[in-house]
Amino acid sequence: MSDLRVLILAGGISHERDVSLKSGRRVADALTDAGVSTEIREPDGELVGHLMATRPDVVWSTLHGAVGEDGSLQNLLQLAGIAFVGSGSAGARLAWDKPVAKVLVARQDIKTPESIALPKSSFRELNAESVLAMVGTELGFPLVVKPAKGGSAQGCAKVSEPKSFAKAMVDAFAYCDQVMIERFIVGTELAVSVIDLGDGPIALPAVEIVPDSGEFGYSERYTPGQTNYYVPARLDDEVLTEAARIAVAVHSSLGLTQLSRVDLIVDESGEIWFLEANVTPGMTETSLFPQAVLATEATLPKTYLALVKLAQKS
Amino acid sequence: MTKTRADGVTNFDAWKHSYAARAENLSVSEVRALFAVVSRPEVVSLAGGMPDVAALDTELIEKAFASLMSNRKDLALQYGGGQGDLRLREQIQEIMALEGIHSSVEDITITTGSQHGLELVSDLFLDKGDVVLVEAPSYVGAVGIFRHKEAHIAHVYTDEHGISPQALAETADRLTAEGKRIKLLYLVPNFANPSGVTLTADRRLEVLEICKQRGILIVEDNPYGQLYFGEKPPNAMRSLDEQNVVYLGSFSKILSPGLRVGYVLAPPAIREKLVLANESAILSPASFAQMLVSEYLSIADWQKQIGTFRDLYQTKRDAALQAVEQFLPKVHTTRPDGGFFLWLTLPEGLNSKEMLPLAVTELVAYTPGTAFFGDGRGADNIRICFSHPTADNVRVGIERLSRVLNQQIDLLETFGKRD
Repeated sequence: MSDLRVLILAGGISHERDVSLKSGRRVADALTDAGVSTEIREPDGELVGHLMATRPDVVWSTLHGAVGEDGSLQNLLQLAGIAFVGSGSAGARLAWDKPVAKVLVARQDIKTPESIALPKSSFRELNAESVLAMVGTELGFPLVVKPAKGGSAQGCAKVSEPKSFAKAMVDAFAYCDQVMIERFIVGTELAVSVIDLGDGPIALPAVEIVPDSGEFGYSERYTPGQTNYYVPARLDDEVLTEAARIAVAVHSSLGLTQLSRVDLIVDESGEIWFLEANVTPGMTETSLFPQAVLATEATLPKTYLALVKLAQKS
Repeated sequence: MTKTRADGVTNFDAWKHSYAARAENLSVSEVRALFAVVSRPEVVSLAGGMPDVAALDTELIEKAFASLMSNRKDLALQYGGGQGDLRLREQIQEIMALEGIHSSVEDITITTGSQHGLELVSDLFLDKGDVVLVEAPSYVGAVGIFRHKEAHIAHVYTDEHGISPQALAETADRLTAEGKRIKLLYLVPNFANPSGVTLTADRRLEVLEICKQRGILIVEDNPYGQLYFGEKPPNAMRSLDEQNVVYLGSFSKILSPGLRVGYVLAPPAIREKLVLANESAILSPASFAQMLVSEYLSIADWQKQIGTFRDLYQTKRDAALQAVEQFLPKVHTTRPDGGFFLWLTLPEGLNSKEMLPLAVTELVAYTPGTAFFGDGRGADNIRICFSHPTADNVRVGIERLSRVLNQQIDLLETFGKRD
């Protein structure tokens, strides 16, 4: 049994609360197996007092959604001088905002699908109908509508024709005040997890995602049996090597540390496109990051313990 | 976490090929996941149909517990019979008498909540494709059971006086003419879940006659009958017809849903099969919970407790109606005389399911109307449960709901007519 005390934050008030709770329990299971003393806690009005009073050795946040991923929690922990697993506030802020992340990644000569991100107010002022018509013409159908911030594919939709466009916008704005409309790339969906155990970031084996329904939505992500995951992905070594390079480059260019998951798509010509980066990847039983860890022949307890120890040192 | 298989592919469900066909639709739902926030104290939940158990006299329950452990623990901690505890069944006779029902103790079967009773009845009667007639809207838990039995759910027009006899006859005759086999009419005649409406006495007689003529068994679900705010509702349909009605009762609303004790009153032939089905499914209903209820009924003035609930829920109902009037002036609501629920109809174009993420952000939860239909209807409806939050929180929740509606109206005005 290790002397380490790890506080796992899970739950919170977010659209992804359910996923966060599951992630938190899985992380706790693995760390407990590694001999670490864990406590799972909700972020609530008593959290700050609890942190200051107990000063855990390390905090591991599995909070999905704003408080956990927009950098604010990381900022608080940094200020309090409490070690935590994962990226600092600056990196989290950049990755959380998908349009911002795309701009920064594109500066590294990494391709990302053409897109536009607009707040609700712009549609109101500029006449939504004409904006959507223009965007549809310029980006072409199908296209992808997604909340500019958020995860688990909530509020995301593939729009194949103009008449479905407005509904997709309304659905996405229910999750976030800013919505991104992105050109749809036909190809192989990949999730490349990046981990840094002290020797610099490395890409774990890419996970290829093949949902039965054709779309990797909420149900396909979290219902066992609805999606086939291939690890490593069934692509040429050359493409996989490039995907790994890109994932690490994204991780570094956004200033991420310790762990992240980079979502990519490989089109029919073998071109690799960046979609988004996640600073708090899901850790549920069907999530992509743990799958990638296991594909390296490592174990989750050992890997998570290494992340915790590294966080404690830094 | 399952290790990825040697061939490099996994779907995390090694038994995918093995499930029964009816398990096909059991999948994770984004809408259901959004409800996870209701456990946070900041969120006002108008969603779950829960009683306000804080209004129970817990000293009496503790006393019942102590008495049970002193006097009957050998029986309470042991398996029981498949039909349920005899003393409790005798007490249930007394409770059902309040609804005008006179029955033999032999015809009562105790179940693990009345939901379990409905599951057993459905299992006895429904083959794939059989028709169940239900109100429009109908109880979500019943819709779920009928779906799982792969039954065809046919909603019958329902207004503020309950299910329409004329529509019932027309629907039944149309479906029969189409070659469909109608097995059951399921309804909640008193303060229905979710609509809050009560079937009038005249209509009860008409419905009984229509079903009798057509050989349709009525399943009368009556969890809210004693929770009236003014006039007592008409007697149970079962009080008028012993042969063609299966009656479901529950302690979940007049005592505690945590005990999971309900009951079914059925004609002898059906009851015989129910007991066997009960034994086959669970061996026996929980002895401890049954005997605790029985002890409680013996020592407590349970009718007084029901009176406390009535007064409390009436106050909350009034708060809910006032708040709807003040904050949701364009929304139509039913005005129930008992029970737990208001059924709201939203202005045209609003979709209660699509608004749920906004509700999470505004810290309020409700149940979208689509949950209460088996055919996709209900997008312009919301069920509000006023029984569980405090009256103040009912008001706060409805005020928050008005903000959700305003945001959605703003989006619809911005994006105009949608697909």
